[in-house]
Amino acid sequence: MNDLDVLESESIYIFREAFNRLDKIAMLWSIGKDSNVMLWLARKAFFGHVPFPVLHVDTSYKIPEMIEFRDRVAAEWKLPLIVGQNKEALAAGMSPAQGRVNCCSALKTEGLKALLAEHGFTGVIAGIRRDEEGTRAKERVFSPRNETNEWDFKDQPPEFWGQFKTDFAPGTHLRIHPLLAWTELDVWRYIAREGIPVVDLYFAKNGRRYRSLGCAPCTGSIASTASTVEEIIVELETTKTSERAGRAQDKESEDAFERLRAAGYM
Amino acid sequence: MSEIQTLDRTDLAPLRIVVVGHVDHGKSTLVGRILHETGALPDGKVEYLREVCDKRGMPFEWAFVMDALQAERDQGITIDTSQLRFHSGKRPVLIIDAPGHKEFLKNMITGAASAEAALLIVDAAEGVQEQTRRHGYLLHLLGLTQIAVAVNKMDLVGWSEDRFREVEAEVRAYLGEIGVTPTHVIPVSARGGDNVKVPSAASGWYQGPTIIGALDGFEASAPATDLSLRFPVQDVYKFDTRRIIAGRVESGRLKVGDRLVFSPSGKSARIASLEAWAGSDLTSPSASAGQAVGVTLDEPIFVERGQIAHLGDSGPVIAYSVRARVFWLGRQALTVGSRLKLKLATAEYPVEVAAIERVVDVEDLKNHEGGEVARNAVAEIVLRSRAPMALDTFADNARLGRFVLVHGYDIVGGGIVAQAVGDSRNLTEVEHRIDATARAQANGHRGGVLWLTGLSGAGKSTIAMELERRLFLRGWQVTVLDGDNVRTGLNSDLGFSEADRTENIRRVGEVAHLFAKAGMLVIASFISPYQADRDRVRAIDPDAFHEIHIATELEECERRDPKGLYRKARAGEIPQFTGVSAPYEEPETPDLRLHTFGRTVDEAVAELQAYVEREIGLSSRERAAS
Repeated sequence: MNDLDVLESESIYIFREAFNRLDKIAMLWSIGKDSNVMLWLARKAFFGHVPFPVLHVDTSYKIPEMIEFRDRVAAEWKLPLIVGQNKEALAAGMSPAQGRVNCCSALKTEGLKALLAEHGFTGVIAGIRRDEEGTRAKERVFSPRNETNEWDFKDQPPEFWGQFKTDFAPGTHLRIHPLLAWTELDVWRYIAREGIPVVDLYFAKNGRRYRSLGCAPCTGSIASTASTVEEIIVELETTKTSERAGRAQDKESEDAFERLRAAGYM
Repeated sequence: MSEIQTLDRTDLAPLRIVVVGHVDHGKSTLVGRILHETGALPDGKVEYLREVCDKRGMPFEWAFVMDALQAERDQGITIDTSQLRFHSGKRPVLIIDAPGHKEFLKNMITGAASAEAALLIVDAAEGVQEQTRRHGYLLHLLGLTQIAVAVNKMDLVGWSEDRFREVEAEVRAYLGEIGVTPTHVIPVSARGGDNVKVPSAASGWYQGPTIIGALDGFEASAPATDLSLRFPVQDVYKFDTRRIIAGRVESGRLKVGDRLVFSPSGKSARIASLEAWAGSDLTSPSASAGQAVGVTLDEPIFVERGQIAHLGDSGPVIAYSVRARVFWLGRQALTVGSRLKLKLATAEYPVEVAAIERVVDVEDLKNHEGGEVARNAVAEIVLRSRAPMALDTFADNARLGRFVLVHGYDIVGGGIVAQAVGDSRNLTEVEHRIDATARAQANGHRGGVLWLTGLSGAGKSTIAMELERRLFLRGWQVTVLDGDNVRTGLNSDLGFSEADRTENIRRVGEVAHLFAKAGMLVIASFISPYQADRDRVRAIDPDAFHEIHIATELEECERRDPKGLYRKARAGEIPQFTGVSAPYEEPETPDLRLHTFGRTVDEAVAELQAYVEREIGLSSRERAAS
């Protein structure tokens, strides 16, 4: 087994644990490369099936190509897709102009919270990785959230020997992170190996490409000439710029991202 | 192109190394420094951290690379473990930073348990401290044998060789006592980067490798392919026409055609196929340790999560009791009689602490007999399960010889199996006046009468026997009362007249409720055609009585006719045969109506089992209340 086989096998094991141990699970699909890899792994874990709903929290600010891609792939792979949106906040005029962290909290965190409450999910699968950012590096694979979706990062459960926290109080839920051990480079090498579809926005046009995808107003592109998966791999093998460098909401203060995550952001 | 690129093109899985040691001896600082020296930090990270430190009015802090939480930076300690990858120049490495504060031992174990090797950090001035010892001991317990030691903050003792030798001797002495020989003991200054990647001019007297050199000397753990096959069942899927047994091969190999034996049930079948997912042509006729796979079997035997598949006679131990070395993380002390859930591979067993044989003092490695096990302590204990457990000793097969302990909602400890103990359940003197709650807590379920009523041939006995078997394997106190065997003894004086039938049911009902009161689940399988008779049985203790209608149509029962009774009844050879020449009063509002037509025994029993576990089993909340 090479390194990607090891990661794949571990992720599949995590998917199967979540499906077996939790009553009602769903998977978040941000339409980014990581969640596409997750969908692929889920189909492997369940032998061609995705036996739980796939959730997309639509902030209305997503780049249009992402929505097109979502609808095309959902139809092709027959995904049980549920789209949620915080319509109240949007009607009240929520936008990055009200503060980027505020906007993320309202449209993503609150939007997700409402979706979870509506369907009563007890497990939410999310595609975060340790190498993305310092607080994510401290995450658990099965990570509890309290009644108000908050993450108690100062008192996380022990997690070892492939035994996860699967018992939890009513009203609380678990976030499950099958890609926690992967790096950005692993993700692209796996995309190349398996031929997993990704949004065109990742590929350079006129000298620029997106390295991380989010909402149009808060996601910047990077200077790049990488226009194929192989070229992206070569670029990442030599780059020393961090992946979320283009994500403006992380930079409002030293602990902006920690506060977002503690409140329930992915 | 560049050298970096060719190095990164390796597809070796990274070597997993944990950094441990006493609080404030410099673990996070060393990790931050290693990442910096090996070029693993993104551009701007160091400048950004310098800004953060300036704002806080403090000197530059390498530990902030890993200590990303505000609380960690505010207090200057690591709270939780984190991990990052770098490339040593020789191979990819995953470095795991573990907290040194005693309070966060659970996080240290979370980090250390997945490592293949460890770096133990000791402050040159302070020398070996409490957590140095505790971490060293735990590394050994976790099965880690490759340990290098970094004597840090050498700059603060003026790079004194004498001081270094003193600390080295102290560390070697302690590790030696627990059976560990460090690969290297290295003088370093993490803050200054001395002997981290580049040999330091300050330590001309030191001839050994740098930290990176020591890490490169560690060996990756070999996959467990050479051990006997262990394939714990994770789940059974029926998404389409295939019935797929899914799981991860923990050790050994399997291939199409192998006869798998499932422990502890002992049933066996051959592997018909290894399944790939639809649309993939990556099917393979075999799999080995580490692979998550799915297999189909050539016979439809009953298989469920928790069972361990193996080959022939090289199976795991099956035991009710184990002697184990455990580390305890629970807030309340562990005592004899504590009830816990033991999770081993994919199985879960309710267990009780039968004995605490010794508690280890990590300070002086002396043993203390008995007593209780406090938070963060290590002990040797005996755990007893009601259901047979399939497992290996840690020495034989580490992956099947280690477990975690759960209380309520939380993982409260972990341990390794030192020895399987034969059935050592002794008779203990029992006090009188044990109430129903105490019995329910002891058994993990309430007592009850599961009354299966239905026509002859409806499937009552088949369902009763299979349900009994399944619940027994899960540790339930369960028995079957069956029409046929009761009539040969208890009720041998009764015939089949209406009055005799009523008396038959009355007696059986009384007996069943006595068992239920004693804490057992009784599966009573009787045609019991009259509603009035069943209602009388219910009235003995309505809370404990569950009326289950095995709803199979007369035509279907007659078609099945397993004992040839319908044929005889139609021929007039059996008078007053229910459904033919005597009435059957269907329950109007049974607690469960179980349909059998067009379903397999498996499916019908699964529905009934779910009902039993829901209605008669204890909820996790009730169990936690014990």
